[in-house]
Order: sequence, then structure tokens, then C-alpha cells
Amino acid sequence: MPGAPKVQQIPMHGIRAERIEKRLGGNDVLRGMDIDVRPGEILSILGSSGSGKSTLLRCLNLLTIPDRGDIWIHGEKLAIRAASQHGGPAAILDQRQVRKARASVGMVFQSFNLWPHKTALENVTEGPVLIKGLRRNAAADLGHHYLAKVGLSGKADSYPHHLSGGQQQRVAIARALAMEPRVLLFDEPTSALDPELVGEVLRVMAALAGEGRTMVIVTHEMAFAREVSTRAAFMHRGLIEEESPPRQFFFSPVSSRLRGFLASHR
Amino acid sequence: MDISLLLTSTLTLAGGIPLTLLLTFASLLAGLVLAVPLAFMRASSCKWLSLPVLAYTYVLRGTPLLVQLFIIYYGLGQISAIRSSVLWVLLRDPFWCCLLAFSLNGAAYTTEIFRGGIQAVSNGMIEAAQAVGMSPLQIKRRIIFPIAFRSVLPSYANEVISLVKATSLASTVTLLEITGLSRKLVSETFAPYEIFIAAGVLYLGLTFLLTGFFHLLETRLNGAPRAEARPHRVDLQQVAHE
Repeated sequence: MPGAPKVQQIPMHGIRAERIEKRLGGNDVLRGMDIDVRPGEILSILGSSGSGKSTLLRCLNLLTIPDRGDIWIHGEKLAIRAASQHGGPAAILDQRQVRKARASVGMVFQSFNLWPHKTALENVTEGPVLIKGLRRNAAADLGHHYLAKVGLSGKADSYPHHLSGGQQQRVAIARALAMEPRVLLFDEPTSALDPELVGEVLRVMAALAGEGRTMVIVTHEMAFAREVSTRAAFMHRGLIEEESPPRQFFFSPVSSRLRGFLASHR
Repeated sequence: MDISLLLTSTLTLAGGIPLTLLLTFASLLAGLVLAVPLAFMRASSCKWLSLPVLAYTYVLRGTPLLVQLFIIYYGLGQISAIRSSVLWVLLRDPFWCCLLAFSLNGAAYTTEIFRGGIQAVSNGMIEAAQAVGMSPLQIKRRIIFPIAFRSVLPSYANEVISLVKATSLASTVTLLEITGLSRKLVSETFAPYEIFIAAGVLYLGLTFLLTGFFHLLETRLNGAPRAEARPHRVDLQQVAHE
């Protein structure tokens, strides 16, 4: 429904989502929330499990199709059909548009999701070759460049099952980077890692943040979110309860729920 | 047992190997070409796609191959519409009847094998492909099928080996492949013992070679990142993608 008149300008870069609603398995996971990701900002999304933060992230590149609400990616509104009142599912109306949008938004998953039949290098070059039509050797150069960037120059020919979790996640980051996306989404990128492997992934992410990339990070790593983000948001039951710059967010939170959440994660 | 008869008949029967192999590989190829799209349809969540394929595999896996072959070879000739059509040029020839029966039957089994592999590909692999912007067809071709193919390779190898042995049914419709030649030879020499043992030895040899081939393919596809394996590996991956 294009009802509610919003006078705000739609940004030409970054992502905006308005009044996003999503119902999954009988629960209202997202309850009409708005979010704005501006270019150059590093937005951390925190919240207890089940608060809807991963679902929100997945809505931003339409891996999950919101039941209602509008999404703009780099100023272009995505054509989505809302779910009907009678339970008809929401649907993507323009597949090409969504594919183009996804190619400009990189995603890093909690469980890496590397393709097991491809080497590290092939995982990284697959997108550029298939989507951007790069020639094999140009793509290989690009792949080596980004593998070096995540500190894995020596692992180009290794298959995922020969890599540690931390290495796999860094390959996954290189895979996202190789598409040269304008926004990077991280869905709990260190939650599936052994504690001793978390650091290497966070270091790579911090380096990316230092380059002024636009990043949205769903995470439980409080210290990392505090150090790296330019803005932090706290989600509770499908809505953003509080969002502010990290200093205020972590040291003088307004909402009592956020205070409780921060206290329990110290 | 007459060892020299065993040896000479082995040599004679070896003349049937080309036809056995031709039947095997031609129906293997046709079966594969049919089975890949059918498997994706069968694995689809859309009932209009999956149910017809289920009906097909159910019927072809639920009836004996020999019966299917007889229906095609003896049965289709009864229908005058077919006798007067262009198809008759092929269907009056026992070779094409065999090829048709083996391909359709093999496709049914292969479809179900691949369906299992396709459905076992984890959703995360597919989402990662969607996230870089791949189209559904690209995802099927580059991600789902190669992963599924690798995971079902052992079962597919079994299917290939049973197909080799199933080609012996071609002897019932006058084809002189290994078994057909054996029967002919037996009727000439009245020495079924040596001759059928010779035939068995030949089938065993073929199965041995095929098992070895699939074993090799499996280790290669499972990606040993050793330097010397690199050039071959690329070739075999391309085979797997097709």
C-alpha cells in the first residue's frame, strides 16, 4: 500500500526499508519497522535471539520477502507484491530488478555457505564470471586480490572442507567483496565460529570498516559493535527499540530493555 | 569343464562387447539427458511439475524392464497408426526398441537418484548463490546440480552397472550382444556351462572397469587439491556440469 505520505527523500545510495512486516511460522517477526542504511555508515543491529534482526537483514536483499512494506536499494524501489489477507504469500514481481539489486549488496552468512565443490578462488570468482561477465583470467586476478585482502593468498586452491571455520568465513567475505557491492550485509558472521577463530574474522571486518564501506552487521559481539559501528540499533520483538551512535547506545542507553540487554551481555 | 572351449568362446563372445557397450552408453546418455530436467521437476514444490514425473518413475520402476521391452518391441507393432508413421522405421528395429526401453527405464531410476541429491543440497548454498544475484537457471546449473551429482555419484554408479547387466535382455529380441551371442553359440555347441561362464567373465570385466572409473571420478570430484591433479580435475568438472 503506497498510503502513508512520507515526504522524506529517497536516498540515491544505501538502503531504505519502510513499514516492513513479516510473519513466519505464526509469529509476527517484523512488525512494521523502518530502517535506513546511509552510504558510508556501519550499522550494527543487536537484540536477543528471536527479535527479528536476522529476518530484517534477509529482507534487505529479499532472501526473505517481506509480507508488507517497501524497500529501496540505491534509490530504486523494489517491485514486491504484498502478501494477501487470505494467506497468499508475498512475491517478487521483477526478478531481474531483484537480481541486480542483490548483485550490488553483498551478504555474509552465519554458516559461511561456501560452495563445497569449488575451491576458495572459484567461490570468489563465480559471481563476477556469471553475473558480471568477467573473463576467467580477469576474474582470477580479482579473486586473488580479494583473497589476499582477507589474508588467504595461499589458500586459493583449497576446497572449503580443508579450511578452518575462520578461513571459510574469510573466503565468504572475499566472495561478497569480489562483486564490489555498495553495501555489505553480515548475518551473525562469527556466531558459528570457535572462540579462537572469531578474532581473525572481526579483524578483516574492522579493516573493511576502515575503508569507509557501507556495512550492516547483525552481531552479538558487543565490543566489536562498540568500536567499529557508526550507529547501533537495538531490536525487540520486530521493532527497533532504540538506535543511536555507539557512544550513546552503549554508555547511556535510554530504553530499559536495552539497558537490561547490555547488562546481560557484559 | 573344457578350459580351451572356455577361452575360445570368450574370444568369440568378445565380439558382442561393442554392441553391449553401445547399448549401455547410448541409453545411459539418453537416460541422463531425460533424467536431469525430470529430476528438477520431481524435486519441485509445484505439484503440476512433480506429480506427472512421479507417475512416470512409479510406473517404470514398478514394472519389469523385460515387460517394458516386450511392450515396445511386440506391442507397438500392433498399433497400425505407429506402423504407418515415420516412427516405424526405428521401432521395427530391435536395436532402437532396446535403446528406447533401456533409456526410459534408466531415466526413471536416474531421476529418482538425482531428485534425492537435489533435495539434499542445503538451502544455504542456494541462498549464497541468490545473494550474488544468480538466476534460478544459473543456480541449478552451477550450484545445485554439481553438488547433487557429487553426492549421488555412488548410487548413480550402481545404476550404470545394473544397466550394463540389463542390456543382456536385448538378447530376447534377437540382438547379438554378449548374451545374444552366447545363446547362439550354445545352440551350436550344446556347451552352456563354458559359454555362459565366459559371458559372465566378460560382464564382470566390464563392471570392474566401470567401478574403477567411477571410483576415480569420485576421488577427483571430491577435490584433492594436489598440484598434479589440477589439469585433469578441470576436465572432469566440466563433465560433471553437463
